[in-house]
Amino acid sequence: MALDKATVARIATLARIRLSEDELEPLAAELSHILTFVEQLAAVDTEGVAPMSSVADIALPMRDDKVTDGNCPDAIVGNAPQSARGFFAVPKVVE
Amino acid sequence: MTRLVGLTLAEARAGLAARQFSARELAEAYIAAMAETRGLNAFITETPQRALEMADAADARRAKGEALPLDGIPLAIKDLFCTEGVLTTAASHILDGFAPPYESTVTANLWRAGAVMLGKTNLDEFAMGSSNTTSFYGPVENPWRRRSKDGRGDNRPLVPGGSSGGSAAAVAARAALAATGTDTGGSIRQPASFCGIVGMKPTYGRCSRWGVVAFASSLDHPGPMTRTVRDAAIMLGEMAGHDPKDSTSAPLPVPDYEAALSGDIRGMRVGIPREYRVAGMPAEIEALWQQGVAWLRDAGATPVEVSLPHTQYALPAYYIIAPAEASSNLARYDGVRFGLRVPGDSLDAMYEATRAAGFGAEVRRRVLIGTYVLSAGYYDAYYLKAQRVRALIAGDFTRAFQDVDVLLAPTAPSAAFPIGEKSEDPIAMYLNDVFTVPADLAGLPAVSVPAGLSADALPLGLQIIGRAFDEATVLRAAEVLEGAAGFSHLPSLVAGG
Repeated sequence: MALDKATVARIATLARIRLSEDELEPLAAELSHILTFVEQLAAVDTEGVAPMSSVADIALPMRDDKVTDGNCPDAIVGNAPQSARGFFAVPKVVE
Repeated sequence: MTRLVGLTLAEARAGLAARQFSARELAEAYIAAMAETRGLNAFITETPQRALEMADAADARRAKGEALPLDGIPLAIKDLFCTEGVLTTAASHILDGFAPPYESTVTANLWRAGAVMLGKTNLDEFAMGSSNTTSFYGPVENPWRRRSKDGRGDNRPLVPGGSSGGSAAAVAARAALAATGTDTGGSIRQPASFCGIVGMKPTYGRCSRWGVVAFASSLDHPGPMTRTVRDAAIMLGEMAGHDPKDSTSAPLPVPDYEAALSGDIRGMRVGIPREYRVAGMPAEIEALWQQGVAWLRDAGATPVEVSLPHTQYALPAYYIIAPAEASSNLARYDGVRFGLRVPGDSLDAMYEATRAAGFGAEVRRRVLIGTYVLSAGYYDAYYLKAQRVRALIAGDFTRAFQDVDVLLAPTAPSAAFPIGEKSEDPIAMYLNDVFTVPADLAGLPAVSVPAGLSADALPLGLQIIGRAFDEATVLRAAEVLEGAAGFSHLPSLVAGG
């Protein structure tokens, strides 16, 4: 499928990646090229085949509902670009 | 120093045990080797101080008669494994300054076994690439150079392969005794092939993914990169094991892989997948593959032609599934909790500016593709379709392994290529992984072994693929292949050389 500029702009918004206007056209071409490549899959008959989400042939294990970690707010916010009083700080989101 | 850095892991272990040299002497030799080979750009972060402290602790344990299995063995760690208090970048600008407050399970296992950390190796950004040219920290150079007969041929610097390019280059150039890697579409085996070393991807679930920066969670496999198959067996044994912190970690005991290296493959049935004979494959790779078949036959194995009919659909399925999972995993890089933040007027503007500045071109491309194939209206046609094809590919292997014990195939469709080549066309780059991606999709153990040289004297690998959780048989066959190939060539650049 050939993606147009508007579609590229829409998925960039969904992915929260800012693109400038002059990046849209070349990206549309690159992404279309990749989509054309992966669309070979249309030729495969997958009727009745269940989708495989994991190769791990085990049921997801249940664990005890216990707190096993925590009480380390300084370590958790230690890498934050901005923090205040043990919280992550972000631009104001409430008007 | 030449003597020490030229040893294999098994030889170094024996030398340490016999007190021929100390862990500190070995660490010092490798610290010097890292400095000597710095031009390769194999390391993002060197940790010489920590290496010496860990080596001294290893020597102290040995003096008390309490030596551990890997005591004093100097390792390089792919900079995708979180290391407590040590910069961990995934080779991305967006993780600027990130010092994890925790240690990945695989590296914790290695340190618990006494290994010594030399530093963190370069890679393709977020492990997305086959040439180690997408790193924010610059490309890695392969220590091998082409050698034409008249000495006047193309001598441009070559890629080490990717994504574990720094690990492969460091091990090949003797700047590390061994290294960790991760393989999502071939990222351990393809660079191992390009750099003339051994690279093993174990079964999915054998090595914990906890604390490994996630690329595509259903495909990410940590594994060892070493000079010999025996070294891979030793290192894998210490990396592997059940980890309750990774819900896909297999609750199975880890066999003694070194003990499995009996050298005896008589009666072993070796499948030769006919679909791996792809159009345009260089004749020298086809010839090496046939040579590999002959080596295993001479050792008493029985070659059997097998069919994996959906092989040609592995790459397109991979290039839907991997970007889809990546777009989800990489949503966490938002400028709030770690790494880079580029200010914006609103929260969304901050997210968008941070991610625009923080992700390189290939990562951005894959996040956008992944977002698209998961978006409303396209999910069934792309993502579910790819997951169904993945089931067919895994089924091909299951059927083949009813008849054979292992498969033998080339690792990569070419030798190492010059830095900058193929970077214009993403599909040309993706084709590097044509022989490695299927085993990732099926989660099967596979190891690349250096088997010969190309016409211009670059290493070429062959890979052995096995049944799930049967690493022991894979390693046994690989060691026989390694012995028959007798690959003893050295790269143009080796520390102490």
